[in-house]
Amino acid sequence: MQPTTHKSPAHGVHHDAHHHEPGFWSKYIFSTDHKIIGIQYGVTGLLFLFFGFTLMMMMRWQIAYPGHPLPLVGGLLHQVVGDAAGPVMKDGALVGYSITPDLYNSFGAMHGTIMVFLAIVPLAFAAFGNYVVPLQIGAVDMAFPRVNMASYQCYFLGGVIMLVSFFIPGGAAQAGWTSYSPLATLIASDGQTFWLIGMIFLITSSLLGAVNFLATIIQLRAPGMNWMRLPFFVWAQFVTAFLLLLAFPPLEAAGVMQLMDKLFHTSFFLPTGLAVSGDLANISGGGSPLLWQHLFWFLGHPEVYVLILPAMGIVCEIIANNTRKPIWGYKSLVYSALILGFLSFIVWAHHMYLTGMGTKISTFFQTTTMIISIPSVVILTCLFISLWGGSIRFTTPMLFALAFLPMFGIGGLTGLPLGFNYSDIHLHDTYYVIAHFHYIVAPGTIFALFAGIYYWFPKMTGRMMSEVLGKVHFWLSLIFMNAVFQPMFAQGMAGMLRRMADGGANYSKAVVGADAIGGLSDTIMRANISISHAAWALGLAQIPFIINFFWSIKNGRKVTSDNPWGSTTLEWQTPTPPPHGNFVVPMEVHRGPYEYSVPGAEKDFTAQNEPTRKV
Amino acid sequence: MEIPYVTKLRPDTGLYNAKVGIWLFLASEVMLFGALFSSYILLRVGAAPGTWPHGLLNIPIGAVNTLVLITSSITVVMAWASLKMNQFGRFKMYQAITLLCALTFVGIKSYEYHDKFTHYQVVLEDGTAHTGHIEGSPMFWNKTRLEGGLNPKTGKPRYAAIDHIMFHPDAPKGHGAEHAEHPAAMRIETKNIKKLECYGPFHSTYLAIYFTLTGLHALHVIGGALVIFMIWGPLSKMWKTDPERYTNRIEVSGLFWHFVDLVWIFLFPVLYLL
Repeated sequence: MQPTTHKSPAHGVHHDAHHHEPGFWSKYIFSTDHKIIGIQYGVTGLLFLFFGFTLMMMMRWQIAYPGHPLPLVGGLLHQVVGDAAGPVMKDGALVGYSITPDLYNSFGAMHGTIMVFLAIVPLAFAAFGNYVVPLQIGAVDMAFPRVNMASYQCYFLGGVIMLVSFFIPGGAAQAGWTSYSPLATLIASDGQTFWLIGMIFLITSSLLGAVNFLATIIQLRAPGMNWMRLPFFVWAQFVTAFLLLLAFPPLEAAGVMQLMDKLFHTSFFLPTGLAVSGDLANISGGGSPLLWQHLFWFLGHPEVYVLILPAMGIVCEIIANNTRKPIWGYKSLVYSALILGFLSFIVWAHHMYLTGMGTKISTFFQTTTMIISIPSVVILTCLFISLWGGSIRFTTPMLFALAFLPMFGIGGLTGLPLGFNYSDIHLHDTYYVIAHFHYIVAPGTIFALFAGIYYWFPKMTGRMMSEVLGKVHFWLSLIFMNAVFQPMFAQGMAGMLRRMADGGANYSKAVVGADAIGGLSDTIMRANISISHAAWALGLAQIPFIINFFWSIKNGRKVTSDNPWGSTTLEWQTPTPPPHGNFVVPMEVHRGPYEYSVPGAEKDFTAQNEPTRKV
Repeated sequence: MEIPYVTKLRPDTGLYNAKVGIWLFLASEVMLFGALFSSYILLRVGAAPGTWPHGLLNIPIGAVNTLVLITSSITVVMAWASLKMNQFGRFKMYQAITLLCALTFVGIKSYEYHDKFTHYQVVLEDGTAHTGHIEGSPMFWNKTRLEGGLNPKTGKPRYAAIDHIMFHPDAPKGHGAEHAEHPAAMRIETKNIKKLECYGPFHSTYLAIYFTLTGLHALHVIGGALVIFMIWGPLSKMWKTDPERYTNRIEVSGLFWHFVDLVWIFLFPVLYLL
């Protein structure tokens, strides 16, 4: 039994002399407690994750069966978005509603926006970071609790604005999640304006969050918690916060400029002589479309590491805990994460090889891109070697963490041909790119998020999630994730472009003729159908998780100790769930984060706050 | 529950929490304005030779505004120093001057904006172009507005059509007596106008970046002044209960204020002089 273990969580609460029980609103809605805010972020983020996936499941129907009436939800979609879900007539009779190309574009743009800015970042950074980081460093709360609340509220508002944009005339933004000008500026609806205003809220939110995380980690570490005793998860969040702090403002500047273009008819991103529908546009001109791309990708690339670093942090914690041995190369992990953070600021233009920015610039960014793969490989290698010789417990979180490694590996290695500018000329804007980054974010980051949910669930609720449902969820997700994304590599290499509302049907051999160069073969076209079926199956595979999540809150197996996984880090040294103020006694740290199976120790784990035994 | 190092300094960093926070926040602000300055450079370098406008802004007015902001930076420091020396009255006075300076700055800036919104370029059907003011100093007029404007919802004109304007052309550029004298007002028929546009952000990329940079900067001035006012007025009770924390608040808001000044120190030469 730990010295700080308490059966009754209330015991910790009443330590506070000024304590009074807050009402529902101040406790759950306008809370300043980092744990509640973490859960708020988590629940909202999961809802957006589900919503973003729903958009994609509808788009997959349009890709597999272009123009066919959308089953199940077609009528509902027509009621919600109107004629954007257009009627499909057969022999003069209405047979259903299908997704029009305009709506497909909206869904595509919003799928990307929602997944990146409203689901993954809030989950990986804000939800887990808020809940776990202060606990792991032994702090009572974040450094600025009210700023923390404001951060969540900005995020929520930004999300509402994005959702509202689906219902305005003309629908949501249609120019892709990257919103390239002039297209984004010239589409004559307000969707893009909503998108920009929503983004400004989301950027403000992540800015407030990043300042708070950094100040917390710098200032509120418990006595003895020096930098090289921080769990790797905290390091990952630390670097992530720096990326958010420094990479997001340029996008905010770009967003303000595009908003000026939209509302005040400036020409920041509109070149001289721009023609719209055959007529010279009534603008001053003189702007630069490349400028938008530079500013966007200056955020966009560090953003990739914002998506992946917290996931690596979660995986590292779970691997150490479930192999019951120290992480191999802790210092290499830390330094790699720092180098990764730094390098991620000087690789952005590898997204722009095809813009004509010049071969010398391409060469520079190709070089930095190859260099940045080194620290990523170091991290992956350290995590792989950590498995060596461990007595691995194949719990659900561990399965997800283990699957993260090869999935991230596939995603990372398939990125190399995109980083070389000569091979990127062929692969740019094809399904290959989609497969590449989804391997990193979907079976990569999202698996790590699932791992984190299964791992920290007992700390948040005091109950375990079901292992059986968890394993069903894991195996089905793993199979269907690969069935979705693996064929896309082949489609991309065959030349199938992304963002086409008909799934490339116009370029199939059936349309352009069997002899045409670059026509998409029947095999490649048929893959559209199999991928779509796999995507819907992947959707069904999440049902065990949803059931498990809600069922276990009330009915899961109760934990018998505050540290059910036998972990060394400080978040397990609190009552379960941790009360306001977190710790019963102030923490003092005496050792590194991963002292598992230390020879001569009584147990196979030694918590960070356990004092050195006097001999 | 009490969060540590709210006022006390953490021994190993030598800082209190809010000071770490504001420096980090300022780092992100540097990136925000840095992106806009970079955009300025890119747009200027990319402009066709000889098209980047010069001399559109009034340098003496900009210089006065620079002095106003520098003065406020001094008084912010004096206010903080007064608190450190336990002189609350002097603090109140200095910070009041800071607030006055902020108001003056925003006032002068809005005068400059208004000046641009009422200053027009008109191109006639015969190809001649004039710059100057329309009688009555209306803002944001253009040819569509003269013809009555169109309500996008109803498709009907929003205003009564105007068949002519009285145009007061600018004095010719240069020194000497002729510089001071305005040419006579011109009567211009609406049907003879090819294009009418004031010097708003839509007029050129130079004005676009000018309004974006100074507008964002002005928002920072207003935001900073509001925070300084709140601490100076309604929240000053804290001086009695927790003087150390109150002084820290002045320091943190002062750091932000210095940053806002510093941005202007870059903006003035970049937009007015170069």
